[in-house]
Amino acid sequence: MALQLLLNIFLAFIWMFLGNSFTVGSLFGGYLIGLLMIFMMRRFFPQRFYLSNVIAVIKLLFIFIKELILSNIEILKIILKPKLDIRPGIFALPTELEKDWEITTLANLITLTPGTLVLEISDDRKTLYIHAMDLKNVQESIDSIKNTFEKAIKEVSRS
Amino acid sequence: MKMKENLEVIFAAIVVIGAIINLISAIGVIRLPDVYTRNHAASKGATLGILLILSSVFLFFWVEEGYMNARLLLGIIFVFMTAPVAGHLISRAAYNSGIPLWEKSGQDALKATKQKVKNK
Repeated sequence: MALQLLLNIFLAFIWMFLGNSFTVGSLFGGYLIGLLMIFMMRRFFPQRFYLSNVIAVIKLLFIFIKELILSNIEILKIILKPKLDIRPGIFALPTELEKDWEITTLANLITLTPGTLVLEISDDRKTLYIHAMDLKNVQESIDSIKNTFEKAIKEVSRS
Repeated sequence: MKMKENLEVIFAAIVVIGAIINLISAIGVIRLPDVYTRNHAASKGATLGILLILSSVFLFFWVEEGYMNARLLLGIIFVFMTAPVAGHLISRAAYNSGIPLWEKSGQDALKATKQKVKNK
């Protein structure tokens, strides 16, 4: 991905020098043309076309913001309820992610989701221990974490 | 001109919502029973409240004075990145120093693993 990005910037500079006009506009135009060229040459790169990584990151960001708002509504409802009928507890979540930054991102996402907080990551990095505000639907929350976050993170790191 | 005033009302509303969220999370810190559940309220409520206030301040100065303060954007990003990590570290430190869960808590999956490590 970094190689393709570097190549694209390089192509933009070449375009600027060819046109002999050193402005931001011509740099941007050259960047777009370089993007088109890299898209046409994408089968010669070992990784996939890098714009799909960028789109995946933006999608992850939107999931982050959405979950933050949802989790806050959930917490506010629990706090403002006159009777405290929650049942907190700790459950284990097996994860398939391997790299350190992926696990960190997943842990941050989980901490900002409705009623869950990461307590500990096991030494072999296969299990996350999560403190949940309400244990009623553990399996459900495991599934939803797996289906949304893990999938989105995998989509970013797929080459 | 009318448009600008409407926008100002919207920004003011966002600031008020952020302040209310912060207030409710402070109430949660007092009201919830143990360290871990309090941490839920503190780490999530405070994050969103501060984010709302900062972003609305940013938009207000942008629309009103035409002044774009990039430091507010950086502040938003830093709060967003560091608040969950702080919540995680505090609750992990609490667990490792043996602070018990609330008595009405359900299962404790971490306890068995810790025991196993200790017996090894």
